[in-house]
Amino acid sequence: MVELQELYKSFGEHEVLRGVNLRIPRGKLTFIMGQSGTGKSVLLKHIIGLLKPDRGKVIIDGQDVTRFSEKEWQRLRRRFGYLFQEGALFDSMTVAENVAFPLWEHTRLSFSEIEKRVQEKLAVVGLLEARDKYPSELSGGMKKRAALARALALEPEIILFDEPTTGLDPLLQVSIMKLIRDTQRQYGLTGVVVSHDVPIAMRAADYIAILHQGKVVAQGTPEEIRKSEHPFVQEFLRSAFEGCHPEEVQNVQEKHGN
Amino acid sequence: MLSFIQYLGRLGVNFVAEAGGMALLFLTSLAYTFRPPYRVRLFFKQMEFVGVNSLLVVILTALFSGMVIAFQSYRALSKFGGESLLGGLVALSMVRELGPVLTSLMVTARAGSAMAAELGTMRVTEQIDALEVMAINPVHYLVVPRLWAAVLMVPLLTVIADVVGIGGGYLVGVLLLKVDAGIFIKKMQDMVEWIDISSGLYKALVFGALLSIIGCYKGYNATGGAEGVGRATTEAVVIASVSILVGDYIMTSLLF
Repeated sequence: MVELQELYKSFGEHEVLRGVNLRIPRGKLTFIMGQSGTGKSVLLKHIIGLLKPDRGKVIIDGQDVTRFSEKEWQRLRRRFGYLFQEGALFDSMTVAENVAFPLWEHTRLSFSEIEKRVQEKLAVVGLLEARDKYPSELSGGMKKRAALARALALEPEIILFDEPTTGLDPLLQVSIMKLIRDTQRQYGLTGVVVSHDVPIAMRAADYIAILHQGKVVAQGTPEEIRKSEHPFVQEFLRSAFEGCHPEEVQNVQEKHGN
Repeated sequence: MLSFIQYLGRLGVNFVAEAGGMALLFLTSLAYTFRPPYRVRLFFKQMEFVGVNSLLVVILTALFSGMVIAFQSYRALSKFGGESLLGGLVALSMVRELGPVLTSLMVTARAGSAMAAELGTMRVTEQIDALEVMAINPVHYLVVPRLWAAVLMVPLLTVIADVVGIGGGYLVGVLLLKVDAGIFIKKMQDMVEWIDISSGLYKALVFGALLSIIGCYKGYNATGGAEGVGRATTEAVVIASVSILVGDYIMTSLLF
C-alpha cells in the first residue's frame, strides 16, 4: 500500500537519500533500520509529506502523493498516525486534551463519545491516572505513551513511529515495543517503525529494511535479514549482539565511511 | 573587498527573502481567515493575552510619557510665553505619535516576543509538524488568531494609552506646573481634530499586524533547538520594533 520509488533528497550539499526503493506491506510491522544520521527519520517524513523529495515517487494506494495538493494531503493524513521522536505533545493541553484534540478536529462525535474514546485510548497505553497532567509533568516514557494514545485516537490505518524506543530505559523499551506490537496486531494496522535497536527489531518486526548511505541495502523478514550477505548488514547486526568494543566500532565506521 | 561585496549581497538576498516570507505569511493568513472551522476560542485567548494582559504595562508607559511630555513641552513653550498651548500639545503628541508607537512597542516586547518564542518552541519540538500530520493547517490554527487579536487589540490599547497619557499630562501641567485647568482642556479641544485621533488608530492597526506577523514568522521558521528559539525571539523583537518606527515615519509622511 505504501511504496517508495527511487527517492532522492538533499539538504544543501548533503545528499541524504540516494535512490531509496521500498515496499511497505499492508497490515504488517515494518522496521526501517540503520545507523544514526542515515536519513531514517527523513524517509519517514516523506511518507507523510512533511518533506518533499527532490526526485522519485511516494505511492500510497496506487497514487503518487508527491504531487498532492494541500487538500488531498489533508484527506489522506486522516488515515495516518504519527508518533514523533519526542512525542510532540501540545504543551498547552493536558494529556487527555491532547488525545481528544484530533477527535474534536476531525470527527462529529459528541462530548461524551470523545470522552469515552479518550478513556479507552489512555487505558490501552496505561496512562489513565495521568490524564489531567501537562506534558511538562510527564517522564519520557509517559510522553511516548501519551503520544501513542494520541496517534491512535483517530483509529488510523497506518502508523509511523519515529524512534519509539530511543532514550528510554531497557524495561520501558520493551514495554513500549510490546504496546506497539499489540496495538498493531489488535487493530490490524500497517506500522512503520524507524529504529536502530537491532534486538528489539529482530523480535518485533514482520519485515525489516536496512538503510545505508542513502539506499535500502537489504529488506526482508528478520530471518532473511539475519542471513543477508551484505557486509554492512552483517556488521550492523553483529555489533548489536556482540556489544561494543571500541576498535570494532572504529572498524565499522572506517569501512563504511561514516 | 570581494568578500565585503559578497556579504552585502547576502544581506540583500536575506532581507528580500525574509520580507517576502513575511508578506506571504500575511497573505496566507488573510486567505485562511474566512475558512472554517473558526477558531473563536483561540482568538479570544489571544485577545486576552495580547490585550488584557498588556494593559498594565501600556498604562504605565503612557502615564509616564504623558507626564514627561508635559514637563518638556512646558519648558519649550514658556520660552515664548505659550504655556496655554500645553494641553493641545500633549494631546496631539499622544494621539498622533506616542499612543500608537509606544503601545505597539510595548506589545511587541510582551506579546510579539511571546509569539516568536511559543511558535519557535512548537517548531523545534515538532508540535507544528504534529499539527500538520493531524491534517490541521498550522497557519490557520496558530497564526490567524494571533494576527487578528493583535490587529484588534493594539488600536484598543492605543485608545487607553491616549487617554492615560493625556491624563498624565494634565496631572503635571495643571497640578504641578499650575497651568489653568480650563485653558488646558479648551486648547486640547481646539487643537485636536478627529483626523489626529483616527490617524493614530490606523497606525496602531498596521503596527498590530506588523508585530504579530513578524513574531509568528520568526517563530514559525525557527531552527536549531533552544538557541534557535532564543535567536528567533530576539530577532522578532528587533525587527518588529524597527519596522514599527520606520513604518511610522512612512505612514506619517505619506498619509497624515
